[in-house]
Amino acid sequence: MTAATPAAEPTGGTTATTTTPAVNPVTLAADNAKKRLTSPWASLFAVVLAFLWTLPTFGLLITSIRPQRDINTSGWWTFFTNPAVTLDHYRTVLSTEGSAGLGAYFVNSFVIVIPSVLIPITLALLASYAFAWVDFKGRSLLFVVVFALQIVPIQVTLIPLLTLYVDAGLAGSFWTIWLSHSIFALPLAIFLLHNFMREIPKELLEAARVDGAGHVQILFKVLMPLLTPALAAFGIFQFLWVWNDLLVALTFAGGSPDVAPITVAIANLAGTQGTAWHLLSAGAFVSILVPIAVFLALQRYFVRGLLAGGLKG
Amino acid sequence: MSATDKFLRMGLAVAMFLAVVGVILFVASRFRGRSAERWVALTFLLPTGLLVAIGLIYPGLRTIYQSFLDAGGNSFVGLANYATIFTDSGQLTVLRNTVLWVVLTPFVATAIGLLYAILIDKARMEALAKALIFLPMAISFVGASIIWKFVYEFRPDQPGVNQIGLLNQILVSLGGSPRQWLLDEPWNTLFLIVVMIWIQAGFAMTVLSAAIKAVPEDIVEAARLDGVKRLGMFRYVTLPTIAPAVIVVLTTIGIATLKVFDIVRTMTGGQFNTSVVANEFYSQSFRSANQGLGAALATLLFLLVIPIVAYNVRQLRSTEAR
Repeated sequence: MTAATPAAEPTGGTTATTTTPAVNPVTLAADNAKKRLTSPWASLFAVVLAFLWTLPTFGLLITSIRPQRDINTSGWWTFFTNPAVTLDHYRTVLSTEGSAGLGAYFVNSFVIVIPSVLIPITLALLASYAFAWVDFKGRSLLFVVVFALQIVPIQVTLIPLLTLYVDAGLAGSFWTIWLSHSIFALPLAIFLLHNFMREIPKELLEAARVDGAGHVQILFKVLMPLLTPALAAFGIFQFLWVWNDLLVALTFAGGSPDVAPITVAIANLAGTQGTAWHLLSAGAFVSILVPIAVFLALQRYFVRGLLAGGLKG
Repeated sequence: MSATDKFLRMGLAVAMFLAVVGVILFVASRFRGRSAERWVALTFLLPTGLLVAIGLIYPGLRTIYQSFLDAGGNSFVGLANYATIFTDSGQLTVLRNTVLWVVLTPFVATAIGLLYAILIDKARMEALAKALIFLPMAISFVGASIIWKFVYEFRPDQPGVNQIGLLNQILVSLGGSPRQWLLDEPWNTLFLIVVMIWIQAGFAMTVLSAAIKAVPEDIVEAARLDGVKRLGMFRYVTLPTIAPAVIVVLTTIGIATLKVFDIVRTMTGGQFNTSVVANEFYSQSFRSANQGLGAALATLLFLLVIPIVAYNVRQLRSTEAR
């Protein structure tokens, strides 16, 4: 939440890049040998933890490809002695027809997430630049206000915002969801980008200013290339947050297949057909697949964003 | 509405937004001279200021006001809604559950994350080991809830009926009889908390692992020369050095936990006495049509995070001052 996190190098995805001091190879080897002797229990424990953490997801994945009859009569672990695979459930949930079809909701999730990432990033880029490098009165006070807004619970804002949307005739459209996600993301986005911007050496900007560059030029020609990792980090943040959101979508979109994202559809499926495991498991996997793909592909940036300033609650 | 229609609408929205940004940049680049700084700041901050004022400040104040009104928002009832929260037995259960969530989740998740970070530090395949624990972070709360509902799934204990939920199968193999994990309070709340811990441990592990790697090598070396062993190293060197990171992790998970809504709604719908403040807010506001009580619950949520806001602002001020 604050910059108190020690400035550590990004880790996930890459191997540990700890700087090994020049140690005499003999002691190093002895050290390693000692470590290997003392740590089998530690390693075992780590393996057990990793196994426990992965098992629930793995179980659901196996379930989603088993025939409906098998799912309802035996545990997923019997799959290994009695393997029978079907992709029917995925076909059912991905179709755009029928009450179990999540295809339309899947499209909605994409339509919701793209502007909801683009808009706050762009606005936060302008605002954090102003806070970091434009000199004006009341700057630090205003920044603290924006920072503090980060912790206003979304719940507090929902009903008045809904009333505003109804009055403006926007209720039940994508506009309400785009706007809401953008608003809720701004404080954190500004905070994170501001932290990155302050790390850029002052001399770089002063040199550009001497060359006659204005603020707009400095922002786009000088800072932008340096900020790409930060923008990517926040973009992934926001992508995961919006894609995984239920509360905002449920409040502003209701359950309408015209606008509601896939999380809403899955939550409804879980509520009304709690035992339809064949549809639930496949549906849940479809909804999980996109963020996991994004996460795995861009893990490094995501972790860096996490380390730069905490996480949105 | 067809998919093409939806994407066209999205494209239009993006184009409109980019046009607005274009205008802002054009205007900002026109300012010259001594007062330019002020005007550039104003144009850059204008859209953010507007959105934040309309979307966070106004609604926040409005909700606080509404919490003093009755169910329909018509007449002033003073602190009656707050009195309900602290006297009604259903609401007291909600409070008890929220306390359980907020006390257990951050500490257990942080402890597991810290333990794991230490165990895998400099181990072989560290990156893979981290990814496995971190992956639940990418899964939506809804998806995670479905995953865990399946772990807790119950089948009646009859001949010829197999358990399909992992936990009950383990219980049965050990000679016990299957249980309905999400039915009996207060245990059901604990089983929901497990889901949140499962999600958040990866976050704790990532931040703490980075903090551990940032512990200066020469301090570790000096302690080793003094004969400090593994456990002592953790107690006297690692833990004090990473204390600020531990606090950040605790508060961040604490805030996330206070606002948890999706897990409870998807897994139990708040039934069987599992509701928490964030979920109760939704039920009261949108299902029971009691806007006053809903607003009071939301305000309470806000009051609960204020100490954390204050703490973080102080942290921020002290780092700004350096």
